[in-house]
Amino acid sequence: MKNKRRSPFAAALVIVAGLIISGGSYAAANAVVKHSNTSQAVTQSQLEEGKQLFLANCASCHGKNGVGTSAAPTLIGVGAASADFQVSSGRMPAQADGPQMQVKPVQFTREQIDAIAAYVGSLGTGPAIPSADMTAANGDAVRGGELFRINCAMCHNAVGAGGALTEGKYAPALKNIPNTRIYEAMLTGPQNMPVFNDANITPTDKKDIITYLKYLDENPSAGGYELAGLGPVAEGLFIWIIGLGLIIGFTVWLGAKSN
Amino acid sequence: MANQATAKKPGFLAERANFLDERVGVAGILKEFGRKIFPDHWSFMLGEVAMYSFLVLLISGTFLTFFFQPAMTDVIYNGVYGPLKGAEMSIAYKSTLDISFEVRGGLLMRQVHHWSALLFVASAGLHMLRVFFTGAFRKPREINWVVGFLLFVMGMAGGFTGYSLPDDLLSGNGLRIIDGMIKGVPVIGAYVSSLLFGGQFPGHAIVARLYSLHIMIVPALIIVLLAVHLFMVVIHKHTHYSGAGKKDNNVVGYPLAPVYVAKAGGFFFIVFGVIMLISATFTINPVWNYGGYDPSPVSAGTQPDWYIGWLDGALRLAPSHLEAGWFGFSWSWNILLPLIISLVFLFVVGAYPFLEKWVTGDEREHHVLDRPRNAPVRTAIGAAGVTFYAVLWAGASTDLIATNFKMSLNTVLTFMQISLIVLPIVAFWATKRTALSLQRKDREIALHGRETGRIVRMPHGEYIEVHEPVDKYELYKLTAFESFAPTLARPNEDGKITVKARMRAALSKFYFEDRVTPATQLEIDASHGHHDEQKAIEAKPAKKVATKKPAAKKSAAKPAAKKTASKTATKSAKAPAKKPAAKKAAPKK
Repeated sequence: MKNKRRSPFAAALVIVAGLIISGGSYAAANAVVKHSNTSQAVTQSQLEEGKQLFLANCASCHGKNGVGTSAAPTLIGVGAASADFQVSSGRMPAQADGPQMQVKPVQFTREQIDAIAAYVGSLGTGPAIPSADMTAANGDAVRGGELFRINCAMCHNAVGAGGALTEGKYAPALKNIPNTRIYEAMLTGPQNMPVFNDANITPTDKKDIITYLKYLDENPSAGGYELAGLGPVAEGLFIWIIGLGLIIGFTVWLGAKSN
Repeated sequence: MANQATAKKPGFLAERANFLDERVGVAGILKEFGRKIFPDHWSFMLGEVAMYSFLVLLISGTFLTFFFQPAMTDVIYNGVYGPLKGAEMSIAYKSTLDISFEVRGGLLMRQVHHWSALLFVASAGLHMLRVFFTGAFRKPREINWVVGFLLFVMGMAGGFTGYSLPDDLLSGNGLRIIDGMIKGVPVIGAYVSSLLFGGQFPGHAIVARLYSLHIMIVPALIIVLLAVHLFMVVIHKHTHYSGAGKKDNNVVGYPLAPVYVAKAGGFFFIVFGVIMLISATFTINPVWNYGGYDPSPVSAGTQPDWYIGWLDGALRLAPSHLEAGWFGFSWSWNILLPLIISLVFLFVVGAYPFLEKWVTGDEREHHVLDRPRNAPVRTAIGAAGVTFYAVLWAGASTDLIATNFKMSLNTVLTFMQISLIVLPIVAFWATKRTALSLQRKDREIALHGRETGRIVRMPHGEYIEVHEPVDKYELYKLTAFESFAPTLARPNEDGKITVKARMRAALSKFYFEDRVTPATQLEIDASHGHHDEQKAIEAKPAKKVATKKPAAKKSAAKPAAKKTASKTATKSAKAPAKKPAAKKAAPKK
């Protein structure tokens, strides 16, 4: 009798129920994440504020409604991620024209930047600001390092020390850059950087690269002071100026006539 | 004199010494070497620094060979360095990581090895410059200059072969450039590259081959050359700077034993200590950052170690698009041009003593060094060479200069290209003029003494500045040099002036056309005679008006003094009544 208490389908039912519960909660959580992702920027008042800020600070070059002028490109379709990158890094609003927009002190509060990003994002379909879990530095640093050396090191240097491009353009150093901004840079290709879209470097790859860069930020060199990570040039200058300088000091001391 | 019976029994050391002496004659050797005299000057120790760095290289390098594995077989890294765990890499790179992170003291030894390599070539280069600018390469030391030059080249070779061993991204990029340069040589390039790398770049052979060169051939050559170099220093004896009692047939200084044995021994530990201090506090070549070599990625800011920098710079500064297709071969002049220029530069450096000797025709031995100003054209040639090298060297870091000083890479490159041609000429001219001016100043001081800044009013109202004659040691230093006059092209036995003779005459003119002759004893005596007259004239009034007016000295007093010189042939005066010499001289009038 006892063994008849349990239906033969009981095990299967439990499994199915378990799957439904776990899958459902995952989907719900996912939805919550997605919801927060999109709701992060878009409320009507925010859009309104963003538009006002845009008209006051951006429209003189990018045109009303972001259609672009001869001075600056259109912002339709660049997405909120692009606006967030440019404004939150202090590159925009631009101060002067040049081969590349310079990093300056940030001009707006976080809320204002979010509002501008929301407004620019609403102009057309473009990449949204990545969520915190997409940019968390908990990926695979080994893979990130390899991807970084293959895709990024030719301009940014193998340790992210930055490098020169043509005619005054340059790839900036990547020390202590916020995770979101690294992600946005890859996604939108600001200034002279190419776009690394999700088909080229998947979101997982991007996360790995961020993980690698954060590892470099957080772990000082095992060998001692790093000389700015500039490699053999800094090392050569160091040995000539400090190393030989010290040694010559000693030779002068040894060669001095005793009184 | 002690009694034979009560003579002390020889001590332990004396007995061992006697044992050695009776078998290998140490006493004679010690006597010979221990009495070697070396002069004291800081600049004579630069070569020593190179030698000690080399010793440190040998010690640290031996340690590294215990753990390094020069194989290019692929393995999966499973060591302690997180960001490379599970990555595919060559055994060479893996063992370098293991040395850095798992061998006790390994990272320190790697850094000691690398920093001392940089110091070795740097101090050797500085030593070469000292030898050049003081004319220490003149007869009988021409061959030793060539040996030293070869040591410097071997230092570069040793450095480069070592740089490439870890098989990381940076060294692989460096090898790729070398491969490109080799392939750029027409006809044989591709074959040589294929032989060197054992097929296509990068292959699986190069690290082991470079390792053989790095730990065997190159150090062996350096040791042999170093032995020859030092042996010749013993044969030639050391040079010394000009000064009273220092001649071409003596050496003034201290004996090797005990003074220099102690000094040099101590100095070795100082150099070792400096290298250790730097290695323990500053990272060099953090290979773990670069990852294993993979031919596809090329990192920005890829540079060679400093001593190869000038060659990298030559490549960077060469104009691009210079390829030509002649006789069915590609002639990549953007690679061949820097290659040829570098080789010519090296050749000129190595052969310079012979060139200068041909121009001067000087067959005498020189053991007293020149002051750089007393050989204006040689010093100027040296300065031009240093500038040329420095521009090439800086050319290797055009990208870092552009980013760190916020300039356009193209502008920096163009500036360097122009500088490479213009700056050596400017340096030559400026150095030659400076040397000649300094010589004139020396002559002036020898003849008329130093300006004291004391202005004296003469009885008739004229102001003059008091000059103080230099002492005889200083005077010797100022006048003990010779000034060559340009030679004319002379006809040979057949009465013909050959092209070679013409060339030599032209070069001689180039070297010695502008010259300042040292003040002769006759001239000095003549000018001192005037001083005595002057002293008598001003003996009394000078006491009264001996106030210092430094501000007025240059502007007002000097033209006045010059005028006196033209009128009365008196240019300077001695401070009266201050020294007994002045008192003694006074009655002469």
